Amino acid sequence: MIKTILLMGNPNVGKSVVFSRLTGVKVITSNYPGTTVEFTRGIMHIDHEDVEVIDVPGTYTLEPTSKAEEVAVKMLDETFTKEKYENVVINIIDATNLERNLSLTLQLIKRRIPVIAALNLWDETKHTGVKIDIVKLEQILKIPCAPTCAVTGEGIKQLIDRVKDVNIYVNINVKISDFDYDEKEKWHCIGDIITEVQKVTHRHHTFLEKVGDLSVNPIGGIPIALGVLFITFQVIRFIGEWLIGNVGEPIFENLWAPLMLKVSGLLGSKGVVHDIIIGKLVEGEIDFGESFGILTTGLFVPFAAVLPYVFAFYLVLSLLEDFGYLPRLAVLVDNVMHKLGVHGFAIIPFMLGLGCNVPGALSTRVMETRRERFIATTLMAIAVPCMAQIAMVVGLIGKHGAKGLGIVFGTLFIVWIVLGILMNKVMKGHAPELFMEIPPYRLPYIGALLKKVWMRIVWFIREAVPWVLFGVFLVNMLYTLRIIEFLGKIVQPIVSGILGLPVEAVGALVIGFLRKDVAVGMLAPLHLTLKQLIIASVVLTMYFPCAATFAVLIKEFGIKDMLKSTLIMICSTLLVAGLLNLIL
Amino acid sequence: MEERISLTEMNANEFGKVVELIGGHGMVKSLENMGIRIGTEIRKVSQQLMGGPVIVSQGNTRVAIGYGMAKRIIIEVKK
Repeated sequence: MIKTILLMGNPNVGKSVVFSRLTGVKVITSNYPGTTVEFTRGIMHIDHEDVEVIDVPGTYTLEPTSKAEEVAVKMLDETFTKEKYENVVINIIDATNLERNLSLTLQLIKRRIPVIAALNLWDETKHTGVKIDIVKLEQILKIPCAPTCAVTGEGIKQLIDRVKDVNIYVNINVKISDFDYDEKEKWHCIGDIITEVQKVTHRHHTFLEKVGDLSVNPIGGIPIALGVLFITFQVIRFIGEWLIGNVGEPIFENLWAPLMLKVSGLLGSKGVVHDIIIGKLVEGEIDFGESFGILTTGLFVPFAAVLPYVFAFYLVLSLLEDFGYLPRLAVLVDNVMHKLGVHGFAIIPFMLGLGCNVPGALSTRVMETRRERFIATTLMAIAVPCMAQIAMVVGLIGKHGAKGLGIVFGTLFIVWIVLGILMNKVMKGHAPELFMEIPPYRLPYIGALLKKVWMRIVWFIREAVPWVLFGVFLVNMLYTLRIIEFLGKIVQPIVSGILGLPVEAVGALVIGFLRKDVAVGMLAPLHLTLKQLIIASVVLTMYFPCAATFAVLIKEFGIKDMLKSTLIMICSTLLVAGLLNLIL
Repeated sequence: MEERISLTEMNANEFGKVVELIGGHGMVKSLENMGIRIGTEIRKVSQQLMGGPVIVSQGNTRVAIGYGMAKRIIIEVKK
């Protein structure tokens, strides 16, 4: 019986769509030990047996040139040791780019392991004018080859049948291809195969291709990028606001609040325990923004105020990702990004950072040099607010009109640019050049898309909610023990003098170390002026990352660089907030 | 008439053949993985402003190449 199936193939060949077609709902994403390269595993049923399916990071070659490719090769090595031969590789091939993809296929065959080729994107070969003789390809390579179109599900059943064929023979004598070639002559050999099996006819460019080329052309691309970003934020706002107004708030106000009032009564309406669990009652009622108990504000902030925006954000981001827009954005902004000391690809960590800084910081691993990663991560920690914080800031300042929000996010944008240019000037070295494949635009497969959004949401709830609850708990403890009052007296000259904030805001600044959304929430009961709200929001974004991001930064960079990064944060915060205090 | 120019000097939408790669083993290998080798026919799709990356199409693949590396890819163009 087959134990493990590895899905291997070049990046952008629809590997993860095949994966989600083969496996059920139970999928686990984890980091390869000792790295932050992620891979996904799931379970598939073959002849009433569970078989593990692993979605290996995309690779062009078995001679690794990057971290992800190293991991791919290691996973292959571990799956096929001498003792473990009852495994199989499904090599996903982009049928519209057969020549380039065969390089990996030949390297896999040369390992003398069971390989099944899935020629994916088969439907696209028709309108790209490519004709492949699958029978002939099978004869030459001596491995099973199956045409698939994972997005529509065509050919998946036949692919599974091919796996079952291997499954029956796996213990007796699975046929392993003895196809051989000389590594030096590899491309020649591939060329010969291509001449035998593939015919390319002339054809016209499709509509999506034309749009694809237009969006990497500076004249068409820049307006398109601005339009895409504008629509993105409008859609996020629309979905987020709708969910809050029609789902989140009604549930909390109409169902949860009466229940909590009863609990409040049972606890005697006051006292330390009551205040930690339910919080302070406002005119005898629970105010989810101001009460600040674990079961009131502690649940309301992550689930009703933040989650709708996080969901909307990941829905739109995943859509852009699967459609193939992000690499084009990276190309367009490459020039500007080089001025900030990173290359265009860094736009992806920044975009992810808008969702949550933790995955943002982790995704900087795709960048080649430590210098680049340091700049990108520091810039993100300082100037890119996460969706949780954005949601709270929008809720708090949005009431006073769009101008306040414009000042907050405009300031952060300027800080991002200026600080990037400065770091690029001061730090030795320069960003490496951009070099990457730009996949064609493809209509996303909704099943795989929703699965991805779901996984990101689950991840958010698991990582963020405990911190929020702990944050609310800590707020109450610090107030009860009068620690905030004590701290307030010490830092008063800075907080009131430079930042122009009341001493009560110190509590929010302390909790901001832990969780930004809770910290912004703490500003609500203080009834600050618009100016103070703007400054507090900017300070809370810039002065320090939240605890989870901080932990990642230490792990990624070590204490010394983290201290450097922290120093940059504190100095720029004081400077920027001080300036705002003078100007506004 | 054939002319040898660098990828950056090509016009958008012009076709040409790769004739020389001025770079080390690493550069040659990574280009190979994307299907760009000496002898391949390519089309320049576009060029970003002010020394930005060049987009090249080969077969059904499109690749973005930074300006510095693009300068070291020599193309033969029919004029």
